[in-house]
Amino acid sequence: MSFLKTSQIKSPWLMHFDCGSCNGCDIETLACLTPVYDVERFGIINVGNPRHADVLVVTGTVNPRNAQILKNIYSQMPDPKLVIAVGACGCSGGVFRDAPNVLGGVDKVIPVDVYVPGCPAKPEAIMDAVVTGLGKLKGILEAS
Amino acid sequence: MARTVIPFGPQHPVLPEPIHLSLVVEDEKVVEALPTLGYVHRGLEMLATKRDYNQMIQIVERVCGICSMIHSLCYCQGMEEMLGVEVPRRAKMLRVVWSELHRLHSHLLWLGLFADSFGFESLFMQLWKIREKVMDLNEATTGNRVIVSVNVVGGVRANLDESQVRWIKDTLVDVEASIKSLQSTIMHDSTVCRRTQGVGVLTKQAAYDLGAAGPMLRGSGVAQDMRQLKYAGFDEIAFEPIVETAGDCWARSNVRFREALQSIDLVRQALDRLDDTELAAKVKGKPEGEVITRVEQPRGECLYYLKGNGDKFLDRVRIRTPTFANIPPLAAILPGLDFADVPVVVLSIDPCISCTER
Repeated sequence: MSFLKTSQIKSPWLMHFDCGSCNGCDIETLACLTPVYDVERFGIINVGNPRHADVLVVTGTVNPRNAQILKNIYSQMPDPKLVIAVGACGCSGGVFRDAPNVLGGVDKVIPVDVYVPGCPAKPEAIMDAVVTGLGKLKGILEAS
Repeated sequence: MARTVIPFGPQHPVLPEPIHLSLVVEDEKVVEALPTLGYVHRGLEMLATKRDYNQMIQIVERVCGICSMIHSLCYCQGMEEMLGVEVPRRAKMLRVVWSELHRLHSHLLWLGLFADSFGFESLFMQLWKIREKVMDLNEATTGNRVIVSVNVVGGVRANLDESQVRWIKDTLVDVEASIKSLQSTIMHDSTVCRRTQGVGVLTKQAAYDLGAAGPMLRGSGVAQDMRQLKYAGFDEIAFEPIVETAGDCWARSNVRFREALQSIDLVRQALDRLDDTELAAKVKGKPEGEVITRVEQPRGECLYYLKGNGDKFLDRVRIRTPTFANIPPLAAILPGLDFADVPVVVLSIDPCISCTER
């Protein structure tokens, strides 16, 4: 594989978007970056700009207002990209699936590669999801 | 120079949550700030008509993942008042223990994010490292790190045995020492002071008039804390609200820093008062009537209005959260600021958008 492809697998840059979550999963995603879990030792860096990101971590339910923002962010990310839906809400709508302003899980709007269950998902589970997703990304890169 | 409108959010590195501010800027100065909300709105108050009053506890806990325990505490207190249930003393004290552990981890979390907002990454990491110890306490005593889900109508569902009480006290000694070791950095470091002192000043009168809540209000010199209402076990616990007078970002971060230490003290007081009464009282009847309850969240006053009609489903649940109260003061202090100070000031109100929009 070329240098660029290898570094995309070995050091994925990650972007987090809160899409109507209760904060539980967001904070657990952020906790992954801090000393106890410290994903930076795997070369994973949290970035604020979708144009720099390889992995999009989405937490929470989708509503009509943030669906557009989510689509924009997804389309601004360069290919190939990975989407991880974190938490019960991101997977299916969770406890809020019956609420009036909820469309459902993230996969109603953009394609999702890895689903992380849990309310909220634990940092270990989120890290595991990123590693699982990178396996998939590696397959795509090798095929291309 | 002509006015420029710069969008801030909804996706922004400094904000864990989506809020949009249209900042009208002249040169580098902010002239006007127009907030737009609605990115996290789920409409969960409506779920009261689909879930019965016991199932609603799980819903209100997920209003906000950071202070979930305190939301369900407020809801359960309202339901207990409506159903005429007397909560056992042990349950009241256990509620204080977990709600103060929540305040502690929330304040550490905020102090970390605040440090990150002006680029002090190592302080952010240090504070979150301390916070993980508090999360371990939550996880070991209740089974979950963030949404602890301990409240039921009538009391609590989890208990602490003697070894756990001892362990919590030991861990809190560690946590207290680690927090105090960062005191001089948070309060007196020149980098921190230059970015926070005199920035985003909210006067006492303005804070009162605009209806600010929580550390925002106390940072401006108004000694108002809902724990003075002596809900849960606070009737037996010695408590004084923490007040700073400067009204700037530095004062607000100091209030939260000192409250984190105070929470440790409150947890200790509550643990010393655990007695042998049962965990939850029996609940009979269906909710009927209207109640209003208030508790102090990490971010300020939280108000619940509940209306029952004699059915197991509630007619109405209305939640007023502290960040909602703090947005008008925020819009008032943003004009006149340097553009680079906007993230610091926005974060200084400790915005919890998922609370605000529900």
